[in-house]
Amino acid sequence: MTSLMKHISSPLINNNPITLQILGICSALAVTTSLTTAVTMSLALTVVLCLSSAVISLIRRHIPSVIRLIVQITIIASLVIVIDEILQAYAFEISRQLSIFVGLIVTNCLVLGRAEAFAMRNPVLPSILDGLGNGLGYSLILIIVGSVRELLGKGTLLNYTVFTPVADGGWFEPLGLMQLAPSAFFILGLLVWLVRSIWTQQVDVPKFGLKAQRSRS
Amino acid sequence: MMDLLIASIFQENLALSFFLGICTFLAVSERIETAFGLGIAVIVVQTITVPVNNLIYNGLLIEGAWAWLGLPDMDLTFLKLVAFIGLIAAMVQILEMALDRYAPALYRALGIFLPLLTVNCAILGGSLFMVERQYNFPDSVIYGFGSGAGWALAIVTFAAIRERLKYSDMPAGLRGLGNAFLVTGLISLGFSAFAGAGL
Repeated sequence: MTSLMKHISSPLINNNPITLQILGICSALAVTTSLTTAVTMSLALTVVLCLSSAVISLIRRHIPSVIRLIVQITIIASLVIVIDEILQAYAFEISRQLSIFVGLIVTNCLVLGRAEAFAMRNPVLPSILDGLGNGLGYSLILIIVGSVRELLGKGTLLNYTVFTPVADGGWFEPLGLMQLAPSAFFILGLLVWLVRSIWTQQVDVPKFGLKAQRSRS
Repeated sequence: MMDLLIASIFQENLALSFFLGICTFLAVSERIETAFGLGIAVIVVQTITVPVNNLIYNGLLIEGAWAWLGLPDMDLTFLKLVAFIGLIAAMVQILEMALDRYAPALYRALGIFLPLLTVNCAILGGSLFMVERQYNFPDSVIYGFGSGAGWALAIVTFAAIRERLKYSDMPAGLRGLGNAFLVTGLISLGFSAFAGAGL
């Protein structure tokens, strides 16, 4: 049981898909202007990841390895279409804000990466848990970045006002930059710095540099 | 038309303002030559796939496209993801074979990057934006070329800066991914100065 739980807990921080494996960053940055879209996107991705891992792991013995990529992409694309249609039917506003990024889950390297690296070689239950764990790791980063950007950019969280902006007689001056693209890069960069300062085993080994510098680190 | 070209290269840069293809962007920017090769590949593939996807979408998938067969209500737009991905994969494959036959030097230079473009979100994203913004055929040619060129410009800039940072003595936690994000943020900030620019 503990080994099964490890599939969920390890991708949260120690092996986080975004800060360590560098997978699925594209969508992670674009949908984080507000917490609502970040949460919706996290849910959509986690569901797709779990289901695709389950399906691919279920038929892994029947897929010829030459065409496995095509089969995997087709399965993922079908799941994404279903999620996209559900969002359009039941959460039209949010689906419009997410614009093309739900569709882009198809080419999200995280989904294909987990299918290729884990689900193709493992039984169904661990694959589902691995999908769930990686989905949660991805969601964790999205929710942190989304909260920071919405809180500092608009003074709200999930559209509830936390800091009253100056315009409504409060004290908070919204930072316009937080709603723009560069801030997502900065926040994620600082977050990676923070994570790697605490869990130092994640630090990259420098490929170049002076000998003394390399031996020091 | 000119406005669309300028906007797709600078203000609406796929990598820097829509974060598309960032995975490849971060992974393949250690050296400027490879970044340049990848940039060229993206321009070529994007210029071909966006207009062809435009034809497919307007000719086969959009509501009413099958009216001549007596099926005026058929709406296949939900199939666009599968259709686009299939077309992109096929195009990349054909391009690979054509380059291998007619321009082996370029083919060798692009190497592994060409097949990888199939799963690059910048390529699929370009086609999806084309649908969302309802570009017509000439527009989609311009947009395909412009967005590819913008992406190439961004990755070459980034690779050039990264080569300079290779020997720098940074805090341990900031090495690699951390500083890559911060540098990309600064480039993106620089590109946002183009907002409102036009000819």
